[in-house]
Amino acid sequence: MADATTMSPDEHTTTGLPSTKLAMWLFLASETLLFGALITAYVLYRGASEVGPYPADIFDIAYTSVSSFVLLASSLTMVLSLVAAEKRDYARMRVWLLATAFLGLSFVGGQVYEFTTFYHEGLAITTNLFGTTFYVLTGFHGVHVTVGILMLLSLVGMSWSGRMPEDVGFPVEMVGLYWHFVDIVWIVIFVVVYLIPTPNPG
Amino acid sequence: MIESSRSRPTGVRRRRIGRGRVVRRRSLWVLALVALTLLLAACSNGDLPQDTFDPAGQPAQEQKGILIFVLVIAALVFVLVEGGIVFISLRYRHRKGQERMPKQIHGNTRLEVGWTIAPAVVLAFVMVPAISMIWSLAAQPPDAMHITVKGYQWWWGFEYTDPDMNVSYAENEPITTADVMVVPLGRTIDLSVTAAGGLVSGPGPDGEPNPDFEVIHSFWAPRLFGKQDAVPNRTNHIVFTPAETGTFLGQCAEFCGLQHARMKFRIVVLEPAAFQRWVAEQKGPAVEPDQELIDHGMDLFMNGEFEGGQCIACHTIGGTEAAGAGGPDLTHYAAPTHECFAGCNFETRDVEALKAWLRDPNAVKLGAKMPNYHLNDEQIDALAAYLMSLT
Amino acid sequence: MASVSLPGSGGWLRRPTATTGAWSWLTTVDHKKIGIMYGVAGFLFFLIGGLEALLIRAQLAGPDGTVLNADQYNQLFTMHGVTMVFLFVMPMGAAFFNYLIPLMIGARDVAFPRLNAFSFWAFSAGALFLYSSWFLGGAPNGGWFGYAPNSTTDPTIGMSFYALGLLITGVASTVGAVNLAVTVINLRAPGMSLFRTPVFVWMGLVVQFLLIFSLPIITVALFQMLFDRRWDTAFFDPTRGGDPVLWQHMFWLFGHPEVYILILPAFGIFSEVLPVFSRKPLFGYQFVVFSGIAIGFIGFGVWAHHMFAVGLGPVANTAFGVSTAIIAVPTGIKIFNWMGTMYGGDIRFRSAMLFTVGGVVMFVIGGLSGVTHAVVPSDYHQTDTYYIVAHFHYVIFGGGVFAFFSGLFYWWPKVFARMLNERLGIIQFWVMAIGFNITFGPMHILGLQGMIRREYTYPEGLGLTFWNQIATLGSLLIALSVLIFIVNVIWTRRTPKGLENEDPWDARTLEWTTSCPPPAYNFEETPVVSSLDEFWHRKYAVDKEGRTIRVPAGAASASHDDGHGAGHGIHLPSPSFWPLIAAIGLPIIAYGALWSWPLLAAGALVTLIGVYGWALEPSVAE
Repeated sequence: MADATTMSPDEHTTTGLPSTKLAMWLFLASETLLFGALITAYVLYRGASEVGPYPADIFDIAYTSVSSFVLLASSLTMVLSLVAAEKRDYARMRVWLLATAFLGLSFVGGQVYEFTTFYHEGLAITTNLFGTTFYVLTGFHGVHVTVGILMLLSLVGMSWSGRMPEDVGFPVEMVGLYWHFVDIVWIVIFVVVYLIPTPNPG
Repeated sequence: MIESSRSRPTGVRRRRIGRGRVVRRRSLWVLALVALTLLLAACSNGDLPQDTFDPAGQPAQEQKGILIFVLVIAALVFVLVEGGIVFISLRYRHRKGQERMPKQIHGNTRLEVGWTIAPAVVLAFVMVPAISMIWSLAAQPPDAMHITVKGYQWWWGFEYTDPDMNVSYAENEPITTADVMVVPLGRTIDLSVTAAGGLVSGPGPDGEPNPDFEVIHSFWAPRLFGKQDAVPNRTNHIVFTPAETGTFLGQCAEFCGLQHARMKFRIVVLEPAAFQRWVAEQKGPAVEPDQELIDHGMDLFMNGEFEGGQCIACHTIGGTEAAGAGGPDLTHYAAPTHECFAGCNFETRDVEALKAWLRDPNAVKLGAKMPNYHLNDEQIDALAAYLMSLT
Repeated sequence: MASVSLPGSGGWLRRPTATTGAWSWLTTVDHKKIGIMYGVAGFLFFLIGGLEALLIRAQLAGPDGTVLNADQYNQLFTMHGVTMVFLFVMPMGAAFFNYLIPLMIGARDVAFPRLNAFSFWAFSAGALFLYSSWFLGGAPNGGWFGYAPNSTTDPTIGMSFYALGLLITGVASTVGAVNLAVTVINLRAPGMSLFRTPVFVWMGLVVQFLLIFSLPIITVALFQMLFDRRWDTAFFDPTRGGDPVLWQHMFWLFGHPEVYILILPAFGIFSEVLPVFSRKPLFGYQFVVFSGIAIGFIGFGVWAHHMFAVGLGPVANTAFGVSTAIIAVPTGIKIFNWMGTMYGGDIRFRSAMLFTVGGVVMFVIGGLSGVTHAVVPSDYHQTDTYYIVAHFHYVIFGGGVFAFFSGLFYWWPKVFARMLNERLGIIQFWVMAIGFNITFGPMHILGLQGMIRREYTYPEGLGLTFWNQIATLGSLLIALSVLIFIVNVIWTRRTPKGLENEDPWDARTLEWTTSCPPPAYNFEETPVVSSLDEFWHRKYAVDKEGRTIRVPAGAASASHDDGHGAGHGIHLPSPSFWPLIAAIGLPIIAYGALWSWPLLAAGALVTLIGVYGWALEPSVAE
């Protein structure tokens, strides 16, 4: 995303903030509205499904709590990798980046398993409004996590092949911003979709 | 005091501007002439059956009033602002050979405050009656007559849902008409506007299935009332009171697919006594055939199995075995008040138009949901005769 | 391990170096070249959208028109709207912002030059994708507003192209908006505080924020539409409990800010042209800026005034009626300040000024008819009629298009070092102004006489024939005026390059302090700014008696070296072909979404290769 010419935080800018960081914040603001719209669609259609299965029929809160915990834990490893990067401890940074990617991958894998289970229990994306809004919302989030994993692995690869720029901490921090954002969005989704009970019509 | 060595316009460029002025002056004359011609032409404009400035009842009358109120204020502002711009443009235009440096004024807070408050006051003045009318238009009087309006692709159906409007030939079935809504003069009518659909009939023009989808329409009879959308799963209300007898035109105003342009309807306003006679006729079943050709037509209608389907799959004719849903109710197809058909695509009294429709609806109205049943001339004549007997 | 000199041997990662020829345009990351390309693309689509409009007017020239059938007409009016909004006005705004913002704030380029190139290529890819629909099963036919469920149930493929095409151009706009917003926030020259930036820059900043916050909403709505059409989800399907009004809320929550995205660039151009040709500073600069910001904010709170007849209830209709009336206030402030700018000035009616004053005059008419929509009971009649068509053409054509032509005449010498012919410009203005008014003026009357929008035909009995004929006549005049402009451009191209005066209008802002056209690096030395209207203050001073006098030439003139050979040591990013490759993947993904998963995966791969090439290529050519 970022351009090499402005990747460096040292470059002189009007605000003193690196342009890349500013851009990332603006991008995430835009993303907030994207997920806001998706979550709104889900909330508006709560309890509006005309046929089952309904949320209460298929959610396994315990299972999803574990996978949510896995994703939250990845935010911690992300922070640890940034700390390592800023200390120029690149070996440790790579370990933590890999750990973050692994946790993210576990989460996405868990989501794939969850989708498959739901599908076999009769909830397709076309079944009812619940299926439609649930799969599209969580699916969009899953794609975001996947993109995050790609970015993490790219950082590891660049570090390994020696292609990292001078200031390694900076790209790690940028990817970290994105990663934490995706985690926070999941917390909202988990609460709104899984934890707040939806009344079954009829 | 004014640096004239900087004045860049060379002689050549100045001459060009000079000519530009002449062009502009001429253009102004042309403009004035064109405007005058247009105004004169406008006065000679003839019949306007959907003119919002020619209301024939409430709330159209009231709505015209508030529009004129706003237009007058807008015209005042228009004259003030545009006049100001034109005046400033003429007064302060650069004149050849008069180099001057205008005073470099950066602003004036008092003026700013003034022209912030002034429009706000004008707008408040406009919005007060507007808001009170929003609420008065939304009120539903308890003694109104109720009609449900359903938008289909691409025609309108009307159901008279008051209990005293049920037909005689079936239990709890309202009088149902298509394309033409008949109402009594002076009575307040509460329309429940919604969308309908779902009919899956035979193949469309391209041979693919051509279902009647439940989409959004908008119901508007400009001389009687402003529009409300017909939205699937929602019911909107229009309350109106006709003040003149006659036929009033209306049409769907929300883009609803291929034949949006030809989704028209009519409202026939009758004297109360005439309306009561109409109701009595509509409550009765369809007329029994009394001629051989008509009888044959009825037989085809009820029992004919054509390439692609049957008439009775979609159409109802009250008091007979035809009780299909999704297509227009044909019980009183040829009643004098049922002036037009197929989204008012043709006049009902025009038998040739009906025959053309029966021959190939899609040739008449591309995309029409009634398929081509490949009827032969003899069948078409018989069916047309039967339909034309249903007064 | 941290910093490694990047491998020069990796030939495929080498950056291209061409500065002339087709290849230089395909790989450029220079905001000026990208701005020109946006302009050319936007103008081409203006011509295409105009041809569509002419066909529409031909069909409606008389009752029961037979030029087009219902199907063709519905595709044409949809594509006319989509083209003019998304493929003409938006990229044209982007063209002006791209070219001018860095020059006006004293920057060498935008914050992310390669991202800028990607925006343009993604926009082009999306536009071509949309237009390929004509050859691949039919163009979109559900209106630019794409109301569900008509758009989601229509059996032709058109609206899927609409959803995917707008998603691609949406990506382009989002990326471009972030880029330009960061540029304005972060790359201003020393001394150039926000309140010393020209109003054009301010309007640009507001537009970018509107894009950043409104595009994600339409993105979600378009995905939902696409999923409903392609994978049978239930978002807008009333038979499964879905609410089609949700589409309308989401569309207009984007769509109304979009209106300001279209018109604020015009406000910016007006605010630059008026002071220069009145030889006075902009009246009430702060008020013009703040009213622009206010419009941006309130623009998010008026969306349901497009939906007064939907049946949201009297509470909602009252609230949105009031908010719509409120947004007229900051708009009025702008108009009064523009009048204040002209007042007492030394007004020179060159083409640029004519188009600006004409644009303001037309915009006022559009604004006043807009106020009549805020009066909800009367809007019940007007909505979905030609009255609305008249209204928004007065705003977007009268305001927007006139502003663009004004901007083209004003900045043409800056960009191409040639003056457009003034006499042709003045003729063009009058032909266009007259043609415009006799096209769209009668539409007010038609709407009030009961002519609905988006109808491919009308019967003779409605009495609408006369004004429709007049409107069609006017559309031919508009076409003629555009033709005059094209002749002017060709004529101008044949004149020798070079200006006798590189500050031909006695301008006030920073972009005129550099040569025409500016060198690749814009400014030899980063300018240091000490006031609003910096260039004016370098040229003029106030003497003891309070009179404005010219500073002796040489002390601070617009003069500069020829620019050639200078600028050594200025670090500029090299061209790159990766943005183009990343953008090419997007329509392939979209075709894949229509027809085949492998194709979708292939497109994703192309984009991914583009992104990785981008991330890994060296920062400069060797």
